[in-house]
Amino acid sequence: MTILVDEKTKVVVQGITGREATTFTRDMLDYGTHVVAGVVPGKEGQLVHDVPVYDCVVDAVKKHDANTSVVSVPPRFAKDAALEAIDAGIELVVVFTERVPRRDVVEVLEYADEKGTRIVGPNSLGIISPGVAKVCAIGGPAEDAKRAYKKGFVGIISRSGGMTTEVANLLTMNGIGQSTCVSIGGDPILGSTFAEMLPLFGSDPQTKAVVLFCEPGGAMEEDAASYIREVGYAKPVIAFVAGRFVDTMPGTRFGHAGVIVDRGRGRAEDKIRALKEAGAVVVEDFSDIAIRLREALRK
Amino acid sequence: MRLYEYESKLIFSKSGIPTPLGKVVSSPQEARDVAKELAKEVVLKPQILATGRGKAGAIKFAEGPEQAESMAGELLGMELLGFKVKKLLVEERLEKERELYAGVTYNNSLKRPAFVVSPDGGVDVNELALKHPQRVHTFSLSVRRELPSYKGRELAKKMELPSDSINAAVGLLQNLYDVFKRFDALLTEVNPLVLTHDHRLMAADAHIVVDDDALFRHPELSEMGIERREDRPHLPTEFEMKVAEIDSIDYRGVAGRVIEFDGNLGLLIGGGGASLSIFDAIRRYGGNPANYCEIGGNPTVRKVRELTKLIISKRGVEGLAVITNILSNTRVDLLARGVIKAMMDLNIDPKSFPIIFRSAGAYEADGYKILEKYGVEHLDRRASIDLAARVAVEMMQGKKP
Repeated sequence: MTILVDEKTKVVVQGITGREATTFTRDMLDYGTHVVAGVVPGKEGQLVHDVPVYDCVVDAVKKHDANTSVVSVPPRFAKDAALEAIDAGIELVVVFTERVPRRDVVEVLEYADEKGTRIVGPNSLGIISPGVAKVCAIGGPAEDAKRAYKKGFVGIISRSGGMTTEVANLLTMNGIGQSTCVSIGGDPILGSTFAEMLPLFGSDPQTKAVVLFCEPGGAMEEDAASYIREVGYAKPVIAFVAGRFVDTMPGTRFGHAGVIVDRGRGRAEDKIRALKEAGAVVVEDFSDIAIRLREALRK
Repeated sequence: MRLYEYESKLIFSKSGIPTPLGKVVSSPQEARDVAKELAKEVVLKPQILATGRGKAGAIKFAEGPEQAESMAGELLGMELLGFKVKKLLVEERLEKERELYAGVTYNNSLKRPAFVVSPDGGVDVNELALKHPQRVHTFSLSVRRELPSYKGRELAKKMELPSDSINAAVGLLQNLYDVFKRFDALLTEVNPLVLTHDHRLMAADAHIVVDDDALFRHPELSEMGIERREDRPHLPTEFEMKVAEIDSIDYRGVAGRVIEFDGNLGLLIGGGGASLSIFDAIRRYGGNPANYCEIGGNPTVRKVRELTKLIISKRGVEGLAVITNILSNTRVDLLARGVIKAMMDLNIDPKSFPIIFRSAGAYEADGYKILEKYGVEHLDRRASIDLAARVAVEMMQGKKP
């Protein structure tokens, strides 16, 4: 069993004719994901890697039972695309688009919450359950994804898309496979935070431990720590917090929009303390993730 | 994008939020004219994109036009909190009864807009929230709704406002929320919000941060004379400006976001999360980075080449570490080619220059072939990024791997 994506996942790609979407659609197909339709207003009838294109998401749902959407449209259209997917009854919407206006993100998330739709992202590379399916661009071409990701028992939740693969590769090199890996996105406000992903991994029988890739900025790690403590999270959580040096440079933004230490808030140091106090293992060296995981899995 | 105080006040005053009388000036003579026109005591406020002007003693009060002119002469052109003062806001000095705080921002955990108010203004609200949490009140609401008047009254009560200013406070809070949404702000803040002796409310200071990602739908900002700019906590160094030029060679890929440090190890690292991890690791093992950077999104060979040249020729740089996470979009071979070409351009023999290369993923076999041809030491996916960082530091310490 996996979470979020499985054999029954049927993907519709909104914005499928875009350069990046065309590429990751092919990669998904090569990996064995069921990509059943694309949506691009005004381009109904076209085919992208033999995937039929529609004007509206409802048609992709009606004709192909699509249950998962990837939104890869320009930022100004992302809100409309996500709302369309929610209204069409899609269960899981992965927003790949970067630089979506904050107000639009908040509006979409509020609506998704009312309708019970799960949003991952924005600015997410997607989700992969090794050997089963990958949704969106995560891991790149199928061949590369197969090298980095192997089926196993560890869940990965990461604020960095690229580092999701780096963590998986580290585990794979050490003979540790993964259950499901989620790039939750690099934005300050996300559809699915650490604290919202942890319960899914908690109740997934395949997952024996969870790795968190954390960054400075915001309070997502602190919220995760509160969750872990409050529910007495039963599975080992191994966390790596990147960007400790950012603490010394307040006001400077690094990489993801979410990575900023401002007015003494969002410091890596505080996140590390909160996670440790909650009982998570916070590693100093990146490669210690594998070592500490092995210890945790042996217990 | 953070707006200047005078820009924020322009937006506030057009949106029904009362601001003190005044004008922005860029010469002592103009300051004198404004003070004369206002015909009362004035305050001179340097317009910079930093907080802490008051603490730095850079907010001055002048009794009349002469004093305003001489004070403006002192303030204009000075270096203040990392910025050069080019403009001053000259305003009427308010007769304050009390200073309060009111702001709207997003609560990232609740994923909603939130009001933050306090009966104590003129201080850092985050510090206040840590020291006296009972003095800071928040209220979150739907982005699709307005602030109901009764909620506004409750917030005004929490700000401990007298009854005769309650209705004005409600209007002000509603307008603050309107500005927040209408201008796609990430923050609209009045600190302090002044209650005058005659019980009027005035935005004595104004702070708006507009979402960079929404600027495309706000042409009215440039119509108001508010030009687009990049936020930085300090002025960019010459080195950083040169990198920005390279990054703008073309739109493909990122070879930028460089921050200068004074170490001897040049870094070409990528992308977002990976750069953070790698930079930390270099420092942790005792390395001295010459720079921070982020490469990603498949930059062209030319961009990589120019960036590498700039880093290698930077004063004090004695070695180079090219370390990335496993790449799926950026091509390893283009990265390798760019680095090699840079060294050729500079007449540096890659065999004798301390360089370490760790990358994997897209087109890695082609990349490794290029590196081997020129005798560049390289690591692959079997070496973790922290191991690569350690190897780089040891290389700089003269212990060849």
